[in-house]
Amino acid sequence: MIRYPETKLSRPHQSWAADALVLGAAAAAFYVLLAVAPKELRRVAPSVTVNLHPAALPGYALLSFLRMCAGYVLSLLFTLVVGYAAARNKAARRIIIPSLDILQSLPVLSFLPAVLLAMIALFPRQTIGLELGSILLVFSGMVWNMAFSFYHSLVTIPEELMEAARAFRLSWWQRFTSLELPAGAIGLVWNSMLSWAGGWFFLMATESFSLGKQSFTLPGLGSYLSVAANNGDFPAILRGLGTLVAMIIALDQLVWRPLIAWSERFKMELSESQEVPTSRVLDLLRHSTLLPWARRQIQAASALTQRRRPLPDGAQRPSLSPASVRLEPAFSRAMTGLGLAAIAWGTVSLVRMIAGVSPGQWIAIGKGSAATVLRVEIALAISLAWSVPAGVAIGLRPRLAQIAQPIAQIAASVPATAVFPILLLILLRLGGGLSIASILLMLLGTQWYVLFNAIAGAIALPRDLQEAAALMKLRGWMRWRELILPGIFPHLVTGGITAQGGAFNASIVSEYVVFEGKTLQTIGLGALISASANSGDYHLLAAATVAMGTIVILINRLFWRRAVRLAEERYHL
Amino acid sequence: MVITTAPTILVDARDITVAYDRPGGGHVVVLDHIDLQIRAGEILAILGPSGSGKSTFLRVLAGLLRPATGEVLYRGRPLDGPNPGVAMVFQTFALFPWLTVLENVELGLSASGRTPEERSQRALQVIDLIGLDGFESAFPKELSGGMRQRVGFARALAIQPDILLMDEPFSALDALTAENLRTDLLELWLQRRFPTRAIVIVTHSIEEAVFMADRIIVFATDPARIVEEIRPETPHWRDRQSPQFQQLVEKVYALLTGDRVRHLAHAKPLIPRLPDAPVGLITGLIEMVQDQGGHADLAEVGAELHFDVNELLPAVEAVELLGFAVARAGNLELTDEGRAFAEATVQGKKEIFRRALLRSIAPAREIMVQLEQREDHRMPADTYLDVLERHFSFEEARRQLDTLIGWGRYAEAYSYDELTGDLFLEPVGEQATSAPAQGE
Repeated sequence: MIRYPETKLSRPHQSWAADALVLGAAAAAFYVLLAVAPKELRRVAPSVTVNLHPAALPGYALLSFLRMCAGYVLSLLFTLVVGYAAARNKAARRIIIPSLDILQSLPVLSFLPAVLLAMIALFPRQTIGLELGSILLVFSGMVWNMAFSFYHSLVTIPEELMEAARAFRLSWWQRFTSLELPAGAIGLVWNSMLSWAGGWFFLMATESFSLGKQSFTLPGLGSYLSVAANNGDFPAILRGLGTLVAMIIALDQLVWRPLIAWSERFKMELSESQEVPTSRVLDLLRHSTLLPWARRQIQAASALTQRRRPLPDGAQRPSLSPASVRLEPAFSRAMTGLGLAAIAWGTVSLVRMIAGVSPGQWIAIGKGSAATVLRVEIALAISLAWSVPAGVAIGLRPRLAQIAQPIAQIAASVPATAVFPILLLILLRLGGGLSIASILLMLLGTQWYVLFNAIAGAIALPRDLQEAAALMKLRGWMRWRELILPGIFPHLVTGGITAQGGAFNASIVSEYVVFEGKTLQTIGLGALISASANSGDYHLLAAATVAMGTIVILINRLFWRRAVRLAEERYHL
Repeated sequence: MVITTAPTILVDARDITVAYDRPGGGHVVVLDHIDLQIRAGEILAILGPSGSGKSTFLRVLAGLLRPATGEVLYRGRPLDGPNPGVAMVFQTFALFPWLTVLENVELGLSASGRTPEERSQRALQVIDLIGLDGFESAFPKELSGGMRQRVGFARALAIQPDILLMDEPFSALDALTAENLRTDLLELWLQRRFPTRAIVIVTHSIEEAVFMADRIIVFATDPARIVEEIRPETPHWRDRQSPQFQQLVEKVYALLTGDRVRHLAHAKPLIPRLPDAPVGLITGLIEMVQDQGGHADLAEVGAELHFDVNELLPAVEAVELLGFAVARAGNLELTDEGRAFAEATVQGKKEIFRRALLRSIAPAREIMVQLEQREDHRMPADTYLDVLERHFSFEEARRQLDTLIGWGRYAEAYSYDELTGDLFLEPVGEQATSAPAQGE
């Protein structure tokens, strides 16, 4: 079977036109947010008081959990629809793939002030606006990697399996449930787990966000921790953190481990692998009567929908191919035109808004950008400096890795934003400027990604290469240069990209803090974004947010993309 | 069987052409005006070199691929979508890894509109028939390759197709397993244990075709055309050791390695298509023929190397293109240059190869000329890839470039930098001293 130009498709074309279109759309959406944001903050923000009593904790934990669930359900729906559309429709793919690529690299938290302001304007004096804003940010922190993974699973389904599905004339629904969904299952489960870890980060930040005297508070674990830190109430801090960690561990053990062990059956490869993830909880469920019962219910329900009249011999079911549901060309052209016009309008409006920024403010943005980039790279360098040796040391010792890896995993999923207020409390008591403190706070959010990937890379180093290196008596620096660093390079690149994204996000909440009623800030882009949102200077807010997005995208395009290519071509094991 | 009436035509493929658009304009013709009928009661084998479009043709018959011109009729009715009268067995089995054996077989039946009970009953019957009983609840990954393909057969036979289409069904299996499965299938067919009325098998194994088929269709490459139709007259079971059998195998071998199948492509030799043959295979073949006195029977060479004709053909084509040997009527004979090559030292071989490369392979010469004209003696390989893409499909152009790089490196004519993707000339003076015996 000839599978020609289609093979190019797993790697999207890099076209600047598509990038420009996506960035334009993002700009337009951002402009709309700012356009609806209130001019006068004080009067509209709802206020909620947080109860630090231990009895209130379960309720707060539940509320936080429900917000995560809401964000996750949205993400899953989006993933299934958009990932499927991108994989099965060429026109959709041309727009979706570059969009996902850019959206996933934008620092989501830089939109936090704008989103919250807009939501408050839409629902004045009601917490529903804050709730929606919080869920929206959690969603946008969770969704991109899931959608990418599902898309990737769909386009890498072996051609012959798709042909078998067609040759045996499965209906669209049968193909989806028996081939496409199972093929995407492993990727979806793993990425859902990662997305939840990331989601906590955004949730904690959105539950308690302060601008000047105004705090935007939603009842939940995030606000509990922040209020406790603000009051210097150490027992409450410990209770809150304990609850959060307990919840993360419980989810890990009761949901993710069983799901991962279960999804193992959806592996594409036909050989049995040596190391299979296991889960005690899944074993338990498998031996209980609950699961077979549930399966019978589902089968009965699906049998009802499938009982169709048999076709007479030789008759064919009408095939519903994507081509047959194509829109009227005139209509779709009109829609495209309208969309382009809206994007153009939004972009121009945003640019005009930014044009209102004074030269002095531009200098501030320049300085802030330099300071933030410097801080991010210092945090990244420190992360690399300690966690690469540590990760390799752990990864090369299988028994140590068995113990350390789950711990690192849990540590990584404790959101840095939850610990910010507490660390801040300690750092400020010890004395030391926010400039240094914010680097430490960034570090907290980034180092785990590097450590994690270094461990994974070291575990994946082939045994025979290690043995060959030992026989050639490669030691010390030589061993690192010739064996370890090249071997773990692809993992380090992955870790580095994630870590850097995390650090930029952290800059929003770490360069500008409201603590014990006082506003602390340092020079930085993150501080500029928060401060301008507080003062209602939306010109500056727009300019600073756009600057941050641009910087991150430029660094990704000019540096990380090359590193990724190098990793794929040269250091692929 | 009543012999007096002509057998029913089950599938009628008329004037089938399949072509793909090339990215840079123009198109590649894969199948060129093919007419073929499949009649009730026959096993039809389609043979051809790899890339001759035989699998593509099978997919046209299955209604999985819509031809650019022509139409496929199933029992007189033109196809629109998947052919309702066929089931298909795939080279890679195409089993759903997350479904058990039973579920995989049932899935094939799910479009038939039967109740779940009927489906599972039918599936169990076929599983018994094909010798899989006891494995109903196993997952494909727990089975050996042969057992997996049995599941493939069971899934196909369960829907009781009029025509069973098989795309190289045994080529992913080891020889013994393949033979076992082949015999089992043939036995079930001859005993009419399943109601299918015709089998179409795409294969590149000549023996398999001669052993099983009532009719053998030979495809030529570039683009695929039917060049010959052969009817083995001996009844089943055929004796592989018999002279008739051997003669027929020889005949097909000569046909497949002969000019009619291969050299149609070179009727328009703007840029010849280089065979996908690594240098090691080329030198190995030449030395082997030299050991046999300078000429050898290709079928024997293939048997000795445990190569089927598909694996051997690229090397044969390569030595012919380079002028090291001539293939005639299933024999390969070395030229004087070929003999000299076989006798030469490691470094001598490289020099002879270099001469032959620059003389006979225009694209290699072209690369050399372009590199010499450039000041730094470097150019991105992509530049030349663009040239190739005007003549070949995207993937084929890549393959052509890989072959050009492999041959050029061995000949020390030019070199390739993996990191920058540049072709370049080694600085003069280093050529003679560079490491010996690369690429072998």
